[in-house]
Amino acid sequence: MVKILNITNLKKSFTSGDQVLNILDDINIVVNEKETFSIVGPSGSGKTTLLSLCAGLDNSTSGNIELCGVNLQELNEDERAILRNQKVGFIFQDFQLLPSLTALENVIVPLELQGINNAEKTGQELLEKVGLGSRLNHYPSQLSGGEKQRVAIARAFSNRPAILFADEPTGNLDEENGESVVHLLLKLNKEAGTTLVIVTHDLDLAKKTQRMVVLKGGKVFEEVKNG
Amino acid sequence: MDNKLKQNIQLVWLFKMAWRDWRASRKKLYLIIASIVLGISAVVAIQSFGTNLVQKIKEDSKSLMGADYIVSARQRPTPKVIQIVDSLGYKAREINFASMAFFPANGGSKLMKISAYDGIFPIYGEVETEPSNAFKNYGKKNGALVDATAMLQFNLALGDSIKIGEIILPITGILKSIPGKSAISTSIIPPVFIPFEYIAQTGLIQKGSRIEYKYYFQDVASNLKKLEENLLPILDLESADIDTHISAGQQLGQGYSSFGKFLKLVAFTALLLGCLGIASATNIYIKEKKKAIAVLKCVGLTRKQTFLIYLFQIILIGLIGSILGTGLGVALQQLFPILLQDFLPVNVQFSINYNVIGLGLLLGVMMSIVFSLYPLISTWFVTPNEVLRAQVKTNYKIRVLAFIVGPVIAITVFLFSFLLLGQLLYSIIFLAGILVVFGLIRLMAGLFIKLVQNLFPKKWSFPARQGLSNLFRPGNQTITLILCIGVGVFLMNTLYLAKDALIGSTSFQKDSDTPNILLLDIQKNELVPVSNTVKSFNQPVIDKIPVIAMKVHSINGIRATTLKADSTNGIKNWILDGQFRSSYRDSLIDSENLIDGIWIGEVENPEIIPISIDIGFKKDANLELGDRIVFNIQGVFMETIIASIRRIEWSQMKMNFSVLFPKGALENAPQSSVITTQAPTDSIAAKMQQTLVVKHPSVTVIDVRSVMGLVAGILDKIAWVINFLALFSILTGFIVLIGAVRTSKFQRLQENAMLRTIGALSKQIFRMTAVEYLILGILGSISGVALSILGAFLLSTFSFKIPFTISWEPVITVPLVVTIAVTLIGVLNNREIIKTSPKEILRTS
Repeated sequence: MVKILNITNLKKSFTSGDQVLNILDDINIVVNEKETFSIVGPSGSGKTTLLSLCAGLDNSTSGNIELCGVNLQELNEDERAILRNQKVGFIFQDFQLLPSLTALENVIVPLELQGINNAEKTGQELLEKVGLGSRLNHYPSQLSGGEKQRVAIARAFSNRPAILFADEPTGNLDEENGESVVHLLLKLNKEAGTTLVIVTHDLDLAKKTQRMVVLKGGKVFEEVKNG
Repeated sequence: MDNKLKQNIQLVWLFKMAWRDWRASRKKLYLIIASIVLGISAVVAIQSFGTNLVQKIKEDSKSLMGADYIVSARQRPTPKVIQIVDSLGYKAREINFASMAFFPANGGSKLMKISAYDGIFPIYGEVETEPSNAFKNYGKKNGALVDATAMLQFNLALGDSIKIGEIILPITGILKSIPGKSAISTSIIPPVFIPFEYIAQTGLIQKGSRIEYKYYFQDVASNLKKLEENLLPILDLESADIDTHISAGQQLGQGYSSFGKFLKLVAFTALLLGCLGIASATNIYIKEKKKAIAVLKCVGLTRKQTFLIYLFQIILIGLIGSILGTGLGVALQQLFPILLQDFLPVNVQFSINYNVIGLGLLLGVMMSIVFSLYPLISTWFVTPNEVLRAQVKTNYKIRVLAFIVGPVIAITVFLFSFLLLGQLLYSIIFLAGILVVFGLIRLMAGLFIKLVQNLFPKKWSFPARQGLSNLFRPGNQTITLILCIGVGVFLMNTLYLAKDALIGSTSFQKDSDTPNILLLDIQKNELVPVSNTVKSFNQPVIDKIPVIAMKVHSINGIRATTLKADSTNGIKNWILDGQFRSSYRDSLIDSENLIDGIWIGEVENPEIIPISIDIGFKKDANLELGDRIVFNIQGVFMETIIASIRRIEWSQMKMNFSVLFPKGALENAPQSSVITTQAPTDSIAAKMQQTLVVKHPSVTVIDVRSVMGLVAGILDKIAWVINFLALFSILTGFIVLIGAVRTSKFQRLQENAMLRTIGALSKQIFRMTAVEYLILGILGSISGVALSILGAFLLSTFSFKIPFTISWEPVITVPLVVTIAVTLIGVLNNREIIKTSPKEILRTS
């Protein structure tokens, strides 16, 4: 099996005045290609920090993260941005759509950035897939929470990422919308054969992935293989 | 794909992204554009007008003078002068003097400038009359041409008579315009043209009369500069002068350049206010975009790419603003000649100056980029991680950045000021002044925040406490807003106070018991008859002041001609050139104060006469106490020593003299007298004038009241023009204010919506906002006004060189108006929260 994410001895700490706060301590995780994987834990356990480090959004204090065969510590900020554009997709709890762009424009940003010619066509297809074929030219402020998250899912898959990170993807949605978003996410993920890493405190959602780690106090408390 | 092509595609895509973002945010950008539009339009309008005026004066210099050059003398030309002008071959000659004119039709009389021409005048340009051929024919018809305003004032018609001295002529034409004379310059002493052969018959050409002789030449072939250099020393010895159209044009241009200086100050202020508007609005605009920037970086945009997206937007804003501003400036430029027509000697016509248009466009884009530089570069330091967690702490790199951007902004302000004001020293002083103001207001704002935090009034009501704590809570806009309001108010109010000081310095003081009728040029033999005429109206002769005409012969043993040739001695030309009038008395009067030396009021046959000079004369002649001056009093040389220095209040309408002799020194010198009296009513003044003109035609009567009324009218007109121009800056200032307060709304919107959600009443939200903005308004405007008093004092004293008198009106009203405006705009911004459901706001944000 090919390792797509390989985390070794990862440590992240912050200094607040004289105090050193260890957010993550000695984390070792491996995620394989096409695997669905979740990181669970209570609030403040370091889940989101771990996700931001894995996706190259932040720098670790020590340790190594190898993403798609590249050691993130060896890349500068712009090189990490290029890697994200080519290999990574994101879904956030609060959707993070660009308010000044329409749904379609939001979806095709990663494609246009790569200079892909038929970006609009691909974007349109993706939005149709997530059930928003009729809302292409709507701005985020004109969409409901569930719709916004579906646009975010379409954007996440637009660049055919090797790995997709989702931070509490149902955290801002009601049960019904949450269910449908998870269903859509897993379905698209299966079709695309993408590796999916979900950060959540929702155990039911985590159990839908193949494997999960439980974080507590910044350390891996338990690693579980789901049925 | 080849790398260069890929880069080009990316650039196009970045433009597209910039456009997409702009499209959705354009409403927020209108105020930035408005700031640019007003700043640039002021610059373009004023620069275009100034350039056109200077160009027009240069082009029309010949017709302004009516000749290529003129030789003139303020006394009967000597045989040598006549020999010179004859050999040079003049085309026309003129004799002019000021005299009372009497209108028998209605008994009116007025001091007018009587001119008579012989030969072809004007060689260039045109005398406009009604009927149009009147100037051609008035000599043949033995008639006079009278100024149009005087005709109206005295309700005169063609065919009525005018009496000048001993002669009575019919009015055969109305003078509408004379080459080189502005409407204002002819309104104080209006012109009258009479045929040349009648000049002697007026009986007004007498010894001691103030008469000017002019000879007009046409010479397109000679080097006029060289001619002037060669002839001037010779003519100077003969008390004559030469002026070429080139030097006259330059002098006129310089004269109007001091007015241009104020105009440029207005443009500079409007431009700076515009820059302030851009800086404050883009700062908040980019802050709001922080999350979007983090998202863009998350999906793979590099730092350079995100920076370029916002740079392109700013360039687009700058371009739109400067195109609109330049257009408005070009349109406004057409207004200036109409506004200023009474003051201009030339008819400035509308013409497009492409250099100025280019300057406007360049300045607009440049000011947008430079004053957005700090927020623009801060996009570089937004991390993608901010998608997940907001970064509260300021990145230390941004602090370092401020140190780099600061000097860039300072250099730009310096360049702007140098470009507009054109003087290196002024530009440096302006830059330093603005930096000091900026620093002081920043310091005051910082101290205020600390003070509020330390002395927080815990017992105040909830809305008041909430409003007050908004001033120091994270994400507050206190410093930005106070800086913006403070610096804006400082710029506006300094201009306003300086303007008031400028207008104040030119206004005359009226005294109820001062004489209001002056009778000039009274010869010795007429003194008693004129006094009797005055007394026949039961009016007193208040003063009999002797007046002696003299010239400076030498200063400290050096001849005036030698001093004139040496340009390094700092002595002004009027001291060495002109014939001026002096007097003698034994005491000082109300309008003068002794500031140095000893006042000597009386002497008995001294060898060297102790005199007193005015401080202005001292400066212009570069003199000190104890220096010696020899005066030429109609051929008699009189040696004097400076014994005292006085400061004369010229604004008091009194008979003041720059050079004053003691009693006992000049009694036997050739002299005329001035009699002052007071006419209690206009009708007595008019009757007295009529009688004096008829009985004593050589006496000049000045009705001080009517002159003051005329001068007040001119000052009102100037004040109106200055107020109109200052309004330009005030308008920009308000745009800045609206921009600054409106953009801060987004900081408070979500919080207030949250408070509404948890049950805060509209009234409470309203009070909270009112308290916050009221304090911001008070602090910003008071700090700005306080510093503007200092600014206006420095500007008046060192730039305009006028005494500074504070005008309390703007000092009181500006903080009041600005505070009310800030509070009102702040409260109105929150109307959105009160009107909209909190759910909608929270969902949108």
